[in-house]
Amino acid sequence: MIISVASGKGGTGKTTIATNLALSLEKAQLIDCDVEEPNANIFLNAKINEREDISVSIPEIDKTKCNFCGKCSDFCAYNALAVVPSDVLVFPELCHSCGGCELVCPLDAVGWHERIVGRIEHGVADGLDFYHGLLNIGEIQAIPVIKALKRKVDGDKNVILDAPPGTSCPVIETVGSSDYCILVTEPTPFGLHDLKLAVDVVRHLHIPFGVIINRDGVGDKKVELYCQNEKIPILMKIPHSEKIAHLYSKGIPFVNELPDWRSRFQNLFSRIQSEVKA
Amino acid sequence: MKQLTVISGKGGTGKTSITAAFASLAGNAVLADCDVDAADLHLILKPDVKKTMGFHGLNIAHIDKDRCIDCKKCYESCKFDAIDKEINLIKESCEGCGVCEYICPVDAITMKERDSGFAYISETRFGPMSHAMLKTAEEASGKLVTVVRNNAKTLAEEQGKDLIIIDGPPGIGCPVISAITGVDLVLVVTEPTLSAIHDLERILGVANHFGIPSVVCINKYDINVDNTEKIEQYCKSNGIEVVGKLPYDTVVTDAMIREKSVIEYSDSDVANKIIDMWNEIQGRLHI
Repeated sequence: MIISVASGKGGTGKTTIATNLALSLEKAQLIDCDVEEPNANIFLNAKINEREDISVSIPEIDKTKCNFCGKCSDFCAYNALAVVPSDVLVFPELCHSCGGCELVCPLDAVGWHERIVGRIEHGVADGLDFYHGLLNIGEIQAIPVIKALKRKVDGDKNVILDAPPGTSCPVIETVGSSDYCILVTEPTPFGLHDLKLAVDVVRHLHIPFGVIINRDGVGDKKVELYCQNEKIPILMKIPHSEKIAHLYSKGIPFVNELPDWRSRFQNLFSRIQSEVKA
Repeated sequence: MKQLTVISGKGGTGKTSITAAFASLAGNAVLADCDVDAADLHLILKPDVKKTMGFHGLNIAHIDKDRCIDCKKCYESCKFDAIDKEINLIKESCEGCGVCEYICPVDAITMKERDSGFAYISETRFGPMSHAMLKTAEEASGKLVTVVRNNAKTLAEEQGKDLIIIDGPPGIGCPVISAITGVDLVLVVTEPTLSAIHDLERILGVANHFGIPSVVCINKYDINVDNTEKIEQYCKSNGIEVVGKLPYDTVVTDAMIREKSVIEYSDSDVANKIIDMWNEIQGRLHI
């Protein structure tokens, strides 16, 4: 079963839920798909034993064949190519590697080279199979790194995907094809507003979902009212506690220090499992 | 005209609360919410929308099944797996490149404009505001950020404002890069947690990569003073100024619930510290 953990907004506790849930389960795999800011390993300290560079294909123009007709740049939807009278400029950061320039080139002048945009890493922590991805600084496109991570999903395991914040491409890429999605929110106006956006995303993707309220007690009751009205199950509430906040600040998963939470996460998992099967 | 962007590698560090506080202090500024994925600034500033503009991100393929001869060339050529074996378009995956349209031998595919969201020009109690909304599951948030910034620039020029305050998106990718390129100063808001420190290092790397001066604010600095010290050390050894240290205070959430900026809501310690930080930043921007 694949469970993704998402939230419209960042900083609501996605990584907290994903790591603590994964650490509470047997035969689990945790994949941190927030490749812009991967944080899960701060809590897991998995020893990284495998690294794999992730690259994308970028056009390389053979200028001995090119007659600067401009068909490639006219076709490119991303403005990644510019043709001037005696040169073709390639802007690799803008290229989506669609292959269109090669298709339209009448003189077969477009070849390809690989460009590294990030890497994925694998390790094990407390028996937990762990992957994360790192987008290189200054790179725009997180999608190729997330795609590479998702190829590592082990269908025989209980897979937890930690999603990036927001509601656009990287989130869709992560959450799509999961069996269930946990949406993490805070009981504040910002939390509620962003939760509604996240609910739109999972409904749009037809993925069953439920809500976990983190830092319960800091704000108001509007998130709960919203969930009641929308018939969205509230799976769990994690209280606003100094102890939990302090453990978080030091990078310690709270199930390690507060063991009764381990069984709560196991119950949460069983509940999701039965809902997915039903 | 000067431009300041408030960012944080990680979300939820208090960017928007700080931006809203600056908005109430600035006087002669245009406000821009560039977190187009999950815009929150409007929850405090309550903008009165004056103008709404449609936003077209990337194009999207449209398949005419009556014409399709099931040759599967589009399926084979799409690098984004946006067309399945039964030749159905998977909308969320289409990046609008146009390869399928080009390769289709029977003209069954056409690229169409895709309604991806809206850009707004508004008035607030603190001045004009440029903001936007990206529709659910749409792409091109970086492009929409550029639209919001261009609108803010036009507003500033038309109304003789000398500063644009930009509430930035989280992360280090496409939308953030669009929100910081060419600005005069970046304020990075961080928290004294190990994960926030990790994100801070990455986001400062991005600002540095694009040659943009950065300063740092440590929010909720008192929740872990050891980590606060680590951040200060890190900034010091990298020549980055910490312009503000804000204590944890529930008035920040209370102000949010009452739809007010912290400055309007209370004259607490945290509000005064934000005023001091604002004065520092004004000095840095020479305004």
